[in-house]
Amino acid sequence: MVNRIKKLVIYLFLSIWLVITGYPLVFLVQNSFKVRLEFFRNPVWSLPANFTLQNYIEVMESGFYIYFINSIIVCFISVAIIIIVSALASYAISRIDFKFNKLVYILFLAGMMIPIHSTLIPIYKITLSMGLYDRLSALIGPYVAFSLPISVFILTGFINDIPYELEEAAIIDGASRFRIFKDIILPLVKPAISTVAIYNLTLLWNQFAYALVLTSSPGKRILTLGLFEFQGQHGINIPLTLTALFLSVLPLIVLYVFLQEHIIKGMTAGALKG
Amino acid sequence: MNKKELMNNKYFIAALFLLPALIFSLVYLIIPIPLSAYYSFFEWDGIGAMEFLGLDNWAELLSDPIFWSSMANNFKLVAISLVIQIPIALFLAVLLTRKIKGASFFKTIFFVPMLLSSIAVAFLWRYMYDPTFGLINGVLNLVGLEHLTQSWLGNPDIVFYSVAAPIQWRFIPLYMIIFMAAISNIPEQLYEAAEIDGANNWQMFFFVTLPMLRATVVNASVLIIVGSLKYFAMIFALTGGGPNHASELMATYLYSKSFTEMNMGYGSTISVALFLVALIVSVVFLRFSKKDVRN
Repeated sequence: MVNRIKKLVIYLFLSIWLVITGYPLVFLVQNSFKVRLEFFRNPVWSLPANFTLQNYIEVMESGFYIYFINSIIVCFISVAIIIIVSALASYAISRIDFKFNKLVYILFLAGMMIPIHSTLIPIYKITLSMGLYDRLSALIGPYVAFSLPISVFILTGFINDIPYELEEAAIIDGASRFRIFKDIILPLVKPAISTVAIYNLTLLWNQFAYALVLTSSPGKRILTLGLFEFQGQHGINIPLTLTALFLSVLPLIVLYVFLQEHIIKGMTAGALKG
Repeated sequence: MNKKELMNNKYFIAALFLLPALIFSLVYLIIPIPLSAYYSFFEWDGIGAMEFLGLDNWAELLSDPIFWSSMANNFKLVAISLVIQIPIALFLAVLLTRKIKGASFFKTIFFVPMLLSSIAVAFLWRYMYDPTFGLINGVLNLVGLEHLTQSWLGNPDIVFYSVAAPIQWRFIPLYMIIFMAAISNIPEQLYEAAEIDGANNWQMFFFVTLPMLRATVVNASVLIIVGSLKYFAMIFALTGGGPNHASELMATYLYSKSFTEMNMGYGSTISVALFLVALIVSVVFLRFSKKDVRN
Protein backbone atom coordinates (compact mmCIF):
# COMPACT_ATOMS: atom_id res chain seq x y z
CA MET A 1 0.00 0.00 0.00
CA VAL A 2 2.71 2.45 1.03
CA ASN A 3 4.62 1.47 -2.08
CA ARG A 4 1.64 2.10 -4.30
CA ILE A 5 1.15 5.55 -2.84
CA LYS A 6 4.83 6.28 -3.33
CA LYS A 7 4.63 5.22 -6.97
CA LEU A 8 1.52 7.32 -7.43
CA VAL A 9 3.31 10.38 -6.03
CA ILE A 10 6.28 9.79 -8.35
CA TYR A 11 3.99 9.55 -11.39
CA LEU A 12 2.12 12.64 -10.25
CA PHE A 13 5.32 14.73 -10.20
CA LEU A 14 6.52 13.26 -13.50
CA SER A 15 3.16 14.05 -15.08
CA ILE A 16 3.28 17.65 -13.86
CA TRP A 17 6.66 18.10 -15.52
CA LEU A 18 5.39 16.28 -18.60
CA VAL A 19 2.69 18.95 -18.96
CA ILE A 20 5.15 21.79 -18.33
CA THR A 21 7.55 20.41 -20.96
CA GLY A 22 5.10 18.93 -23.42
CA TYR A 23 2.17 21.31 -23.48
CA PRO A 24 4.00 24.27 -25.04
CA LEU A 25 5.00 21.91 -27.85
CA VAL A 26 1.43 20.69 -28.30
CA PHE A 27 0.28 24.33 -28.27
CA LEU A 28 2.82 25.00 -31.02
CA VAL A 29 1.71 22.14 -33.26
CA GLN A 30 -2.05 22.41 -32.82
CA ASN A 31 -2.18 26.12 -33.55
CA SER A 32 -0.05 25.75 -36.67
CA PHE A 33 -3.02 23.95 -38.27
CA LYS A 34 -5.45 26.81 -37.67
CA VAL A 35 -6.16 29.68 -39.99
CA ARG A 36 -5.65 33.14 -38.63
CA LEU A 37 -9.32 33.94 -38.10
CA GLU A 38 -9.96 30.79 -36.19
CA PHE A 39 -6.94 31.39 -33.97
CA PHE A 40 -8.24 34.79 -32.95
CA ARG A 41 -11.81 33.61 -32.45
CA ASN A 42 -11.38 30.37 -30.49
CA PRO A 43 -9.33 29.71 -27.36
CA VAL A 44 -5.71 28.68 -28.02
CA TRP A 45 -6.19 25.23 -26.52
CA SER A 46 -9.06 24.29 -28.84
CA LEU A 47 -8.29 21.76 -31.56
CA PRO A 48 -8.30 23.14 -35.11
CA ALA A 49 -11.92 23.19 -36.35
CA ASN A 50 -10.87 23.24 -39.97
CA PHE A 51 -7.60 21.40 -40.18
CA THR A 52 -5.50 23.26 -42.77
CA LEU A 53 -1.99 23.12 -44.19
CA GLN A 54 -2.29 26.64 -45.53
CA ASN A 55 0.24 28.02 -43.03
CA TYR A 56 2.81 25.43 -44.05
CA ILE A 57 2.39 26.28 -47.70
CA GLU A 58 2.63 30.00 -46.97
CA VAL A 59 5.80 29.63 -44.88
CA MET A 60 7.53 27.56 -47.54
CA GLU A 61 6.47 29.93 -50.31
CA SER A 62 7.98 32.85 -48.40
CA GLY A 63 11.43 31.37 -49.10
CA PHE A 64 11.85 29.83 -45.68
CA TYR A 65 13.36 26.66 -47.19
CA ILE A 66 16.47 28.63 -48.20
CA TYR A 67 17.27 29.05 -44.51
CA PHE A 68 17.28 25.26 -44.06
CA ILE A 69 19.68 24.84 -46.94
CA ASN A 70 21.95 27.61 -45.63
CA SER A 71 22.00 26.14 -42.13
CA ILE A 72 22.79 22.68 -43.44
CA ILE A 73 25.64 23.96 -45.63
CA VAL A 74 27.25 26.09 -42.92
CA CYS A 75 26.86 23.53 -40.13
CA PHE A 76 28.15 20.54 -42.07
CA ILE A 77 31.17 22.33 -43.50
CA SER A 78 32.01 23.79 -40.09
CA VAL A 79 31.67 20.46 -38.29
CA ALA A 80 33.85 18.72 -40.90
CA ILE A 81 36.58 21.33 -40.42
CA ILE A 82 36.22 21.21 -36.62
CA ILE A 83 36.72 17.45 -36.58
CA ILE A 84 39.86 17.53 -38.74
CA VAL A 85 41.42 20.52 -37.01
CA SER A 86 40.66 19.42 -33.46
CA ALA A 87 41.73 15.81 -34.08
CA LEU A 88 45.09 17.01 -35.45
CA ALA A 89 45.64 19.31 -32.47
CA SER A 90 44.53 16.69 -29.96
CA TYR A 91 46.91 14.14 -31.42
CA ALA A 92 49.86 16.54 -31.08
CA ILE A 93 48.88 17.43 -27.51
CA SER A 94 48.42 13.82 -26.50
CA ARG A 95 51.23 12.06 -28.36
CA ILE A 96 54.07 14.32 -29.54
CA ASP A 97 56.31 15.39 -26.69
CA PHE A 98 57.16 18.99 -27.59
CA LYS A 99 57.61 20.26 -24.01
CA PHE A 100 54.69 22.70 -24.06
CA ASN A 101 51.93 20.09 -24.35
CA LYS A 102 50.30 20.96 -21.07
CA LEU A 103 50.51 24.71 -21.69
CA VAL A 104 48.99 24.45 -25.18
CA TYR A 105 46.22 22.22 -23.80
CA ILE A 106 45.38 24.67 -21.01
CA LEU A 107 45.38 27.58 -23.47
CA PHE A 108 42.86 25.75 -25.64
CA LEU A 109 40.65 25.04 -22.65
CA ALA A 110 40.87 28.68 -21.56
CA GLY A 111 39.09 29.48 -24.81
CA MET A 112 35.91 28.13 -23.21
CA MET A 113 35.88 31.06 -20.79
CA ILE A 114 35.65 33.71 -23.52
CA PRO A 115 32.08 35.02 -23.84
CA ILE A 116 31.37 34.96 -27.56
CA HIS A 117 29.52 38.27 -27.50
CA SER A 118 32.58 40.14 -26.31
CA THR A 119 34.26 39.18 -29.61
CA LEU A 120 31.44 40.25 -31.92
CA ILE A 121 32.78 43.70 -32.81
CA PRO A 122 36.33 42.57 -33.71
CA ILE A 123 34.96 39.58 -35.62
CA TYR A 124 32.61 41.89 -37.51
CA LYS A 125 35.57 44.10 -38.35
CA ILE A 126 37.83 41.17 -39.32
CA THR A 127 35.07 39.72 -41.51
CA LEU A 128 34.58 43.06 -43.26
CA SER A 129 38.27 43.41 -43.98
CA MET A 130 38.48 39.84 -45.32
CA GLY A 131 35.65 40.67 -47.72
CA LEU A 132 33.49 37.88 -46.27
CA TYR A 133 30.70 40.06 -44.87
CA ASP A 134 27.20 38.82 -45.83
CA ARG A 135 28.53 35.50 -47.11
CA LEU A 136 27.75 32.13 -45.57
CA SER A 137 31.48 31.42 -45.39
CA ALA A 138 31.83 34.29 -42.92
CA LEU A 139 30.23 32.07 -40.27
CA ILE A 140 32.58 29.13 -40.65
CA GLY A 141 35.66 30.74 -39.05
CA PRO A 142 33.91 31.81 -35.84
CA TYR A 143 31.99 28.51 -35.65
CA VAL A 144 35.20 26.51 -35.89
CA ALA A 145 37.10 28.68 -33.43
CA PHE A 146 34.39 28.55 -30.78
CA SER A 147 33.91 24.80 -31.08
CA LEU A 148 37.62 24.03 -30.82
CA PRO A 149 38.13 24.20 -27.04
CA ILE A 150 35.46 21.65 -26.16
CA SER A 151 36.33 19.44 -29.16
CA VAL A 152 40.04 19.41 -28.28
CA PHE A 153 39.06 18.66 -24.68
CA ILE A 154 36.93 15.63 -25.60
CA LEU A 155 39.32 14.23 -28.22
CA THR A 156 42.49 14.68 -26.16
CA GLY A 157 40.87 12.85 -23.26
CA PHE A 158 39.94 10.04 -25.61
CA ILE A 159 43.36 9.74 -27.31
CA ASN A 160 45.05 9.73 -23.89
CA ASP A 161 43.14 6.55 -23.09
CA ILE A 162 44.38 4.70 -26.19
CA PRO A 163 47.23 2.31 -25.27
CA TYR A 164 50.50 3.53 -26.72
CA GLU A 165 51.61 0.02 -27.77
CA LEU A 166 49.37 0.24 -30.82
CA GLU A 167 51.54 2.97 -32.29
CA GLU A 168 54.88 1.70 -31.05
CA ALA A 169 55.24 -0.98 -33.70
CA ALA A 170 54.39 1.52 -36.44
CA ILE A 171 56.96 3.98 -35.12
CA ILE A 172 59.65 1.29 -35.07
CA ASP A 173 58.72 0.44 -38.66
CA GLY A 174 59.44 4.08 -39.50
CA ALA A 175 55.90 5.16 -40.30
CA SER A 176 55.43 8.93 -40.38
CA ARG A 177 53.34 10.73 -37.76
CA PHE A 178 50.72 11.57 -40.35
CA ARG A 179 50.39 7.92 -41.31
CA ILE A 180 50.03 6.89 -37.68
CA PHE A 181 47.43 9.60 -37.17
CA LYS A 182 45.46 8.63 -40.24
CA ASP A 183 45.72 4.83 -40.12
CA ILE A 184 45.86 4.06 -36.39
CA ILE A 185 44.49 6.94 -34.33
CA LEU A 186 41.60 8.17 -36.48
CA PRO A 187 39.88 4.77 -36.75
CA LEU A 188 40.21 4.31 -32.98
CA VAL A 189 38.72 7.68 -32.05
CA LYS A 190 35.64 7.26 -34.25
CA PRO A 191 33.24 7.05 -31.27
CA ALA A 192 34.65 10.28 -29.83
CA ILE A 193 34.47 11.93 -33.23
CA SER A 194 30.77 11.11 -33.52
CA THR A 195 30.22 12.62 -30.06
CA VAL A 196 32.11 15.77 -31.08
CA ALA A 197 30.16 15.93 -34.33
CA ILE A 198 26.76 15.71 -32.64
CA TYR A 199 27.72 18.11 -29.88
CA ASN A 200 28.86 20.77 -32.35
CA LEU A 201 26.16 20.13 -34.91
CA THR A 202 23.35 20.71 -32.40
CA LEU A 203 25.09 23.72 -30.89
CA LEU A 204 25.86 25.38 -34.24
CA TRP A 205 22.45 24.54 -35.70
CA ASN A 206 20.95 26.69 -32.93
CA GLN A 207 23.65 29.42 -33.05
CA PHE A 208 22.34 32.91 -33.62
CA ALA A 209 24.63 35.82 -32.70
CA TYR A 210 27.24 35.48 -35.46
CA ALA A 211 24.66 35.29 -38.22
CA LEU A 212 22.92 38.34 -36.74
CA VAL A 213 26.11 40.36 -36.96
CA LEU A 214 27.86 38.90 -40.02
CA THR A 215 25.05 38.49 -42.57
CA SER A 216 22.33 40.83 -43.75
CA SER A 217 20.61 39.80 -46.99
CA PRO A 218 17.66 37.37 -46.89
CA GLY A 219 19.38 34.87 -49.19
CA LYS A 220 22.22 34.46 -46.69
CA ARG A 221 20.13 33.84 -43.59
CA ILE A 222 20.54 30.69 -41.54
CA LEU A 223 17.54 29.14 -39.86
CA THR A 224 17.65 30.92 -36.48
CA LEU A 225 18.11 34.32 -38.08
CA GLY A 226 15.48 33.50 -40.70
CA LEU A 227 13.01 32.66 -37.94
CA PHE A 228 13.89 35.87 -36.11
CA GLU A 229 13.28 37.97 -39.23
CA PHE A 230 10.14 36.02 -40.11
CA GLN A 231 8.71 36.81 -36.68
CA GLY A 232 9.57 40.46 -37.20
CA GLN A 233 7.61 40.54 -40.44
CA HIS A 234 4.70 38.21 -39.71
CA GLY A 235 4.57 38.36 -35.91
CA ILE A 236 0.96 39.55 -35.86
CA ASN A 237 -0.13 36.44 -37.72
CA ILE A 238 0.46 34.17 -34.75
CA PRO A 239 -0.49 30.78 -36.29
CA LEU A 240 1.71 31.49 -39.32
CA THR A 241 4.69 32.37 -37.11
CA LEU A 242 4.08 29.29 -34.95
CA THR A 243 4.21 27.22 -38.14
CA ALA A 244 7.58 28.69 -39.12
CA LEU A 245 8.75 28.07 -35.58
CA PHE A 246 7.64 24.45 -35.67
CA LEU A 247 9.30 23.87 -39.05
CA SER A 248 12.53 25.38 -37.75
CA VAL A 249 12.73 22.94 -34.83
CA LEU A 250 11.58 19.92 -36.82
CA PRO A 251 14.97 18.77 -38.25
CA LEU A 252 16.58 18.23 -34.84
CA ILE A 253 13.43 16.61 -33.47
CA VAL A 254 13.32 14.16 -36.39
CA LEU A 255 17.00 13.38 -35.84
CA TYR A 256 16.23 12.89 -32.15
CA VAL A 257 13.50 10.37 -32.92
CA PHE A 258 16.01 8.17 -34.74
CA LEU A 259 19.20 8.80 -32.77
CA GLN A 260 17.94 9.65 -29.30
CA GLU A 261 20.71 8.07 -27.25
CA HIS A 262 23.46 9.46 -29.49
CA ILE A 263 21.99 12.95 -29.37
CA ILE A 264 21.57 12.98 -25.60
CA LYS A 265 25.11 11.67 -25.18
CA GLY A 266 26.51 14.18 -27.66
CA MET A 267 24.67 17.19 -26.26
CA THR A 268 25.71 16.49 -22.69
CA ALA A 269 29.29 15.50 -23.58
CA GLY A 270 30.73 18.93 -22.91
CA ALA A 271 29.02 19.16 -19.56
CA LEU A 272 29.61 15.64 -18.31
CA LYS A 273 33.37 15.87 -18.20
CA GLY A 274 33.71 19.62 -17.76
CA MET B 1 68.15 20.80 -42.58
CA ASN B 2 66.86 18.73 -45.48
CA LYS B 3 63.30 17.60 -45.87
CA LYS B 4 63.76 14.22 -44.29
CA GLU B 5 65.37 15.63 -41.16
CA LEU B 6 62.67 18.21 -40.93
CA MET B 7 59.96 15.57 -41.03
CA ASN B 8 61.70 13.76 -38.18
CA ASN B 9 61.93 16.87 -36.02
CA LYS B 10 59.20 16.51 -33.43
CA TYR B 11 58.86 20.26 -32.84
CA PHE B 12 58.24 20.84 -36.50
CA ILE B 13 55.75 17.97 -36.67
CA ALA B 14 53.92 19.19 -33.56
CA ALA B 15 53.71 22.66 -35.07
CA LEU B 16 52.20 21.26 -38.27
CA PHE B 17 49.55 19.35 -36.33
CA LEU B 18 48.70 22.36 -34.18
CA LEU B 19 48.86 25.03 -36.87
CA PRO B 20 45.26 24.90 -38.21
CA ALA B 21 43.78 25.01 -34.71
CA LEU B 22 46.09 27.85 -33.72
CA ILE B 23 45.16 29.94 -36.75
CA PHE B 24 41.40 29.65 -36.10
CA SER B 25 41.84 30.33 -32.38
CA LEU B 26 44.11 33.31 -32.92
CA VAL B 27 41.93 35.05 -35.50
CA TYR B 28 38.51 34.47 -33.98
CA LEU B 29 39.13 33.90 -30.28
CA ILE B 30 42.34 35.43 -28.98
CA ILE B 31 43.08 38.51 -31.10
CA PRO B 32 39.50 39.87 -30.69
CA ILE B 33 40.08 40.42 -26.97
CA PRO B 34 43.03 42.87 -27.23
CA LEU B 35 41.38 44.34 -30.33
CA SER B 36 38.23 45.11 -28.31
CA ALA B 37 40.38 46.70 -25.63
CA TYR B 38 42.03 48.85 -28.31
CA TYR B 39 38.67 49.93 -29.81
CA SER B 40 37.45 50.90 -26.34
CA PHE B 41 39.70 53.99 -26.44
CA PHE B 42 37.98 55.38 -29.54
CA GLU B 43 34.78 56.95 -30.73
CA TRP B 44 33.84 54.87 -33.74
CA ASP B 45 30.73 54.02 -35.76
CA GLY B 46 32.20 50.84 -37.24
CA ILE B 47 32.74 52.24 -40.73
CA GLY B 48 34.16 55.77 -40.61
CA ALA B 49 37.33 57.15 -39.04
CA MET B 50 38.19 56.40 -35.45
CA GLU B 51 38.60 59.27 -33.04
CA PHE B 52 40.85 58.78 -30.02
CA LEU B 53 39.04 59.38 -26.75
CA GLY B 54 41.48 58.08 -24.16
CA LEU B 55 39.60 56.76 -21.16
CA ASP B 56 36.34 58.61 -21.86
CA ASN B 57 34.42 55.43 -22.74
CA TRP B 58 35.60 53.80 -19.56
CA ALA B 59 34.62 56.79 -17.46
CA GLU B 60 31.21 56.72 -19.12
CA LEU B 61 30.84 53.00 -18.45
CA LEU B 62 31.58 53.36 -14.75
CA SER B 63 28.85 55.97 -14.37
CA ASP B 64 26.37 54.30 -16.73
CA PRO B 65 23.40 53.12 -14.60
CA ILE B 66 22.13 50.88 -17.43
CA PHE B 67 25.41 49.02 -17.58
CA TRP B 68 25.35 48.39 -13.84
CA SER B 69 21.72 47.32 -13.83
CA SER B 70 22.39 44.96 -16.76
CA MET B 71 25.29 43.44 -14.84
CA ALA B 72 23.06 43.10 -11.78
CA ASN B 73 20.51 41.33 -14.00
CA ASN B 74 23.21 38.88 -15.11
CA PHE B 75 23.93 38.02 -11.49
CA LYS B 76 20.21 37.81 -10.75
CA LEU B 77 19.95 35.33 -13.60
CA VAL B 78 22.83 33.33 -12.07
CA ALA B 79 20.99 33.20 -8.73
CA ILE B 80 17.60 32.30 -10.22
CA SER B 81 19.15 29.61 -12.44
CA LEU B 82 21.05 28.03 -9.55
CA VAL B 83 18.04 28.00 -7.24
CA ILE B 84 15.60 26.68 -9.88
CA GLN B 85 17.59 24.47 -12.23
CA ILE B 86 19.70 22.44 -9.81
CA PRO B 87 16.92 21.35 -7.39
CA ILE B 88 14.35 20.62 -10.11
CA ALA B 89 16.87 18.78 -12.28
CA LEU B 90 18.05 16.79 -9.27
CA PHE B 91 14.50 15.98 -8.22
CA LEU B 92 13.55 14.76 -11.72
CA ALA B 93 16.78 12.76 -11.98
CA VAL B 94 16.07 11.01 -8.67
CA LEU B 95 12.52 10.18 -9.78
CA LEU B 96 13.63 8.89 -13.18
CA THR B 97 16.37 6.67 -11.76
CA ARG B 98 13.87 4.84 -9.52
CA LYS B 99 12.90 1.56 -11.08
CA ILE B 100 9.56 2.64 -12.50
CA LYS B 101 7.72 1.80 -15.69
CA GLY B 102 7.82 4.45 -18.38
CA ALA B 103 10.97 6.18 -17.10
CA SER B 104 12.52 6.22 -20.56
CA PHE B 105 9.35 7.71 -22.06
CA PHE B 106 9.43 10.59 -19.57
CA LYS B 107 13.16 11.09 -20.13
CA THR B 108 12.65 11.21 -23.91
CA ILE B 109 10.01 13.94 -23.68
CA PHE B 110 11.74 15.89 -20.90
CA PHE B 111 14.84 16.35 -23.05
CA VAL B 112 13.03 17.93 -26.02
CA PRO B 113 13.39 21.62 -24.93
CA MET B 114 17.18 21.23 -25.26
CA LEU B 115 16.70 20.55 -28.98
CA LEU B 116 15.02 23.88 -29.68
CA SER B 117 17.05 26.96 -30.55
CA SER B 118 16.95 29.86 -28.10
CA ILE B 119 15.14 31.88 -30.73
CA ALA B 120 12.44 29.22 -31.14
CA VAL B 121 12.00 28.94 -27.36
CA ALA B 122 11.79 32.72 -27.08
CA PHE B 123 9.02 33.03 -29.66
CA LEU B 124 7.14 30.02 -28.34
CA TRP B 125 7.05 31.65 -24.90
CA ARG B 126 6.27 35.03 -26.35
CA TYR B 127 3.03 33.62 -27.71
CA MET B 128 2.29 31.88 -24.45
CA TYR B 129 2.78 35.24 -22.72
CA ASP B 130 0.69 37.19 -25.23
CA PRO B 131 -1.69 39.32 -23.14
CA THR B 132 -4.73 38.80 -25.40
CA PHE B 133 -4.25 35.50 -27.23
CA GLY B 134 -1.65 33.82 -25.02
CA LEU B 135 -1.92 30.49 -23.31
CA ILE B 136 -1.05 31.71 -19.82
CA ASN B 137 -3.62 34.49 -19.55
CA GLY B 138 -6.12 32.20 -21.28
CA VAL B 139 -5.69 29.51 -18.65
CA LEU B 140 -5.83 32.05 -15.81
CA ASN B 141 -9.13 33.37 -17.15
CA LEU B 142 -10.46 29.85 -17.54
CA VAL B 143 -9.81 28.89 -13.92
CA GLY B 144 -11.15 32.17 -12.55
CA LEU B 145 -7.85 33.87 -11.73
CA GLU B 146 -8.51 36.90 -13.95
CA HIS B 147 -6.83 39.20 -11.43
CA LEU B 148 -3.50 37.45 -12.10
CA THR B 149 -3.56 38.08 -15.86
CA GLN B 150 -0.74 40.35 -16.87
CA SER B 151 1.21 41.92 -19.63
CA TRP B 152 3.98 39.44 -18.81
CA LEU B 153 6.59 41.04 -21.05
CA GLY B 154 5.37 44.62 -20.76
CA ASN B 155 5.41 45.11 -17.01
CA PRO B 156 8.92 46.24 -15.94
CA ASP B 157 8.40 44.81 -12.44
CA ILE B 158 7.97 41.23 -13.59
CA VAL B 159 9.51 41.12 -17.06
CA PHE B 160 12.82 39.83 -15.76
CA TYR B 161 11.15 36.79 -14.21
CA SER B 162 9.11 36.27 -17.38
CA VAL B 163 12.26 36.08 -19.50
CA ALA B 164 14.11 33.96 -16.93
CA ALA B 165 11.38 31.28 -16.99
CA PRO B 166 11.98 29.94 -20.53
CA ILE B 167 15.72 29.83 -19.81
CA GLN B 168 15.02 27.49 -16.87
CA TRP B 169 12.59 25.51 -19.02
CA ARG B 170 15.17 24.93 -21.71
CA PHE B 171 18.18 24.04 -19.54
CA ILE B 172 16.70 21.90 -16.74
CA PRO B 173 16.82 18.77 -18.98
CA LEU B 174 20.56 19.21 -19.54
CA TYR B 175 21.29 19.06 -15.81
CA MET B 176 18.68 16.35 -15.32
CA ILE B 177 20.62 14.10 -17.72
CA ILE B 178 23.93 14.94 -16.03
CA PHE B 179 22.50 14.07 -12.61
CA MET B 180 20.92 10.87 -13.93
CA ALA B 181 24.30 9.75 -15.25
CA ALA B 182 25.95 10.54 -11.92
CA ILE B 183 23.24 8.79 -9.88
CA SER B 184 23.53 5.62 -11.94
CA ASN B 185 27.26 5.59 -11.13
CA ILE B 186 26.65 5.42 -7.37
CA PRO B 187 27.47 1.88 -6.18
CA GLU B 188 24.36 -0.11 -5.29
CA GLN B 189 26.05 -1.45 -2.12
CA LEU B 190 25.86 1.98 -0.49
CA TYR B 191 22.07 1.90 -0.69
CA GLU B 192 21.94 -1.72 0.47
CA ALA B 193 24.07 -0.87 3.49
CA ALA B 194 21.87 2.11 4.27
CA GLU B 195 18.79 -0.07 3.98
CA ILE B 196 20.21 -2.58 6.45
CA ASP B 197 20.81 0.34 8.82
CA GLY B 198 17.11 1.14 8.49
CA ALA B 199 17.41 4.34 6.46
CA ASN B 200 14.25 5.63 4.76
CA ASN B 201 14.12 7.19 1.29
CA TRP B 202 14.79 10.70 2.51
CA GLN B 203 17.72 9.62 4.62
CA MET B 204 19.13 7.69 1.66
CA PHE B 205 18.85 10.79 -0.50
CA PHE B 206 20.48 13.13 2.01
CA PHE B 207 23.14 10.75 3.35
CA VAL B 208 24.00 8.68 0.26
CA THR B 209 22.86 10.28 -3.00
CA LEU B 210 23.57 13.93 -2.25
CA PRO B 211 27.11 13.47 -0.83
CA MET B 212 28.00 11.22 -3.79
CA LEU B 213 26.76 13.88 -6.23
CA ARG B 214 28.72 16.68 -4.65
CA ALA B 215 31.29 17.00 -7.45
CA THR B 216 28.58 16.82 -10.12
CA VAL B 217 26.51 19.52 -8.43
CA VAL B 218 29.57 21.78 -8.21
CA ASN B 219 30.34 21.18 -11.90
CA ALA B 220 26.77 21.89 -12.90
CA SER B 221 26.84 25.09 -10.84
CA VAL B 222 29.98 26.28 -12.61
CA LEU B 223 28.31 25.65 -15.98
CA ILE B 224 25.20 27.56 -14.88
CA ILE B 225 27.20 30.49 -13.52
CA VAL B 226 29.43 30.86 -16.56
CA GLY B 227 26.48 30.32 -18.92
CA SER B 228 24.25 32.87 -17.19
CA LEU B 229 26.90 35.57 -17.41
CA LYS B 230 27.14 35.09 -21.19
CA TYR B 231 23.43 34.86 -21.86
CA PHE B 232 22.05 36.64 -24.93
CA ALA B 233 19.83 35.11 -27.62
CA MET B 234 16.65 34.24 -25.74
CA ILE B 235 16.30 37.60 -24.04
CA PHE B 236 17.28 39.43 -27.21
CA ALA B 237 14.44 37.71 -29.09
CA LEU B 238 11.89 37.98 -26.27
CA THR B 239 12.23 41.61 -25.21
CA GLY B 240 15.45 43.02 -26.67
CA GLY B 241 16.30 43.98 -23.08
CA GLY B 242 13.19 46.09 -22.58
CA PRO B 243 10.88 47.55 -21.51
CA ASN B 244 13.07 50.43 -20.43
CA HIS B 245 16.11 48.10 -19.91
CA ALA B 246 14.26 46.11 -17.23
CA SER B 247 15.40 42.80 -18.76
CA GLU B 248 18.73 44.07 -20.11
CA LEU B 249 21.81 41.82 -19.79
CA MET B 250 25.41 42.84 -20.46
CA ALA B 251 25.37 41.01 -23.81
CA THR B 252 22.07 42.53 -25.01
CA TYR B 253 23.22 45.99 -23.95
CA LEU B 254 26.51 45.48 -25.75
CA TYR B 255 24.64 44.44 -28.89
CA SER B 256 22.24 47.36 -28.95
CA LYS B 257 25.02 49.91 -28.28
CA SER B 258 27.29 48.42 -30.96
CA PHE B 259 24.98 47.26 -33.73
CA THR B 260 21.79 49.27 -33.26
CA GLU B 261 23.24 52.62 -32.20
CA MET B 262 26.48 51.84 -34.11
CA ASN B 263 28.51 53.13 -31.18
CA MET B 264 31.23 50.52 -31.50
CA GLY B 265 33.78 52.27 -29.30
CA TYR B 266 31.44 52.18 -26.33
CA GLY B 267 30.22 48.71 -27.35
CA SER B 268 33.84 47.51 -27.22
CA THR B 269 34.15 48.95 -23.73
CA ILE B 270 31.15 46.87 -22.61
CA SER B 271 32.68 43.85 -24.43
CA VAL B 272 35.89 44.10 -22.43
CA ALA B 273 33.92 44.58 -19.21
CA LEU B 274 31.85 41.46 -20.01
CA PHE B 275 35.05 39.53 -20.73
CA LEU B 276 36.61 40.64 -17.45
CA VAL B 277 33.52 39.79 -15.39
CA ALA B 278 33.28 36.33 -16.98
CA LEU B 279 37.02 35.77 -16.49
CA ILE B 280 37.06 36.79 -12.83
CA VAL B 281 33.98 34.77 -11.95
CA SER B 282 35.24 31.69 -13.86
CA VAL B 283 38.64 31.78 -12.19
CA VAL B 284 37.16 32.25 -8.73
CA PHE B 285 34.65 29.43 -9.13
CA LEU B 286 37.04 27.01 -10.82
CA ARG B 287 39.41 27.50 -7.87
CA PHE B 288 36.59 27.06 -5.43
CA SER B 289 35.22 23.99 -7.19
CA LYS B 290 38.62 22.29 -7.48
CA LYS B 291 39.27 22.78 -3.79
CA ASP B 292 35.80 21.59 -2.98
CA VAL B 293 36.08 18.40 -5.00
CA ARG B 294 39.44 17.54 -3.53
CA ASN B 295 38.22 17.80 0.06
